[in-house]
Amino acid sequence: MSKPKVATCSLAGCFGCHMSFLDIDERILQLVELVDFGPSPINDLKHFTDRCRVGLVEGGCANAENVRVLREFRTHCDILVSMGYCATSGGIPAMRNLVSMEECLREAYMEGPSVHNPTGRVPGDLELPLLLDKVRPCHEVVKIDYHLPGCPPSADAIWAALCALVSDAPIELPYQLIKYD
Amino acid sequence: MSEITLTIDGREITTQPGRTILEAAEEHGIYIPRLCHLPGLKPFGGCRVCTVLVNGRSEAACTQPVAQGIVVENDTEQLRAWRRNIIEMLFVEGNHFCPSCEKSGDCELQALAYRMGISAPRHPFLWPRREVDASHPDVLIDHNRCILCARCARTSRDIDGKEVFGFVGRGPARKLTINPGARLVDSALDVTDQAVNACPVGAILRKRGAYATPVGRRHYDRAPIGSGIETPAELTIDRGDQP
Repeated sequence: MSKPKVATCSLAGCFGCHMSFLDIDERILQLVELVDFGPSPINDLKHFTDRCRVGLVEGGCANAENVRVLREFRTHCDILVSMGYCATSGGIPAMRNLVSMEECLREAYMEGPSVHNPTGRVPGDLELPLLLDKVRPCHEVVKIDYHLPGCPPSADAIWAALCALVSDAPIELPYQLIKYD
Repeated sequence: MSEITLTIDGREITTQPGRTILEAAEEHGIYIPRLCHLPGLKPFGGCRVCTVLVNGRSEAACTQPVAQGIVVENDTEQLRAWRRNIIEMLFVEGNHFCPSCEKSGDCELQALAYRMGISAPRHPFLWPRREVDASHPDVLIDHNRCILCARCARTSRDIDGKEVFGFVGRGPARKLTINPGARLVDSALDVTDQAVNACPVGAILRKRGAYATPVGRRHYDRAPIGSGIETPAELTIDRGDQP
């Protein structure tokens, strides 16, 4: 029997959840026995070639590219997991939701105290993905099967959840592993 | 004075007349989740997290007095779902950025969410625009985190004897005020006021005290809220099915 495949991605996040994932330390050897990897920053594969059993999504959706990747993950993964506070609730990137987009861009590219931008223009290259009006948690964009909170979720929490998901066992996290911070 | 007998989730308990259902339950090691209730203050019944069914009818356990022979339902699937819904609505109604909040780990709203196994709120986030008042030298108010429980207002009025806080507006427009239009620094609030300690969330904070307790040693890091009253329930992350 072939091993179940796991894909991961980081949308509007800081890669902290992926760092936490790597904090499983020597259990990474067990992980190699347990699963194969689909697209993930860990192996730098960019595209799906097979269906994946589990997709771990870090970060919420801040722009059109995040939405595209998230939809691709939804299409190719049996079980999609929002991993970390940004994916489940928007997190730090969603703090921009409290000001208007115009105000946010003006502060970031024109008026911020440390900004050096002689053109005085906001970047608008076609290559750059368009920003969404609001940063959204993943479940406001696609159907999400599980939420794994934490900033980041601890390595133990990610490990426990992943092991349960690839072996069809129920996820049972002890109280100490459920954290929003 | 004759004792009163009632049942909570099928368990018969006796108590004194004049107690509330919440107090009677607590006497017997039964935890009823609550948020706006604070011992020492008059029962308020604002948040409805302590909703129980009394003879089949929903009542706030913190305000409803005990009566002879009443049948109270507390820990049922329906009530857990209602309470969970209230907590989730509070999370999306304000701006609760737990990862960067000084109160994280000591926050009663967060602790209730942990206890109820909420991994993410299922309602759409509202992202309201709210203010931070850091004008006072020793205390700040972040309205983003205010859940309108009125614990500060009631403590200031009934214990500090000051009435520093009040409310304006109705429904979704309701908000906490310091004499409408005024800043905290213009009020009679002192850093030693009990009202400063009354906030269950990170809305009212003493300055220069943030992040003093290491992660792992904060109030709700190891054991769920309410576990001082009873033994903790089995807690697991559940699927995000729609309410």
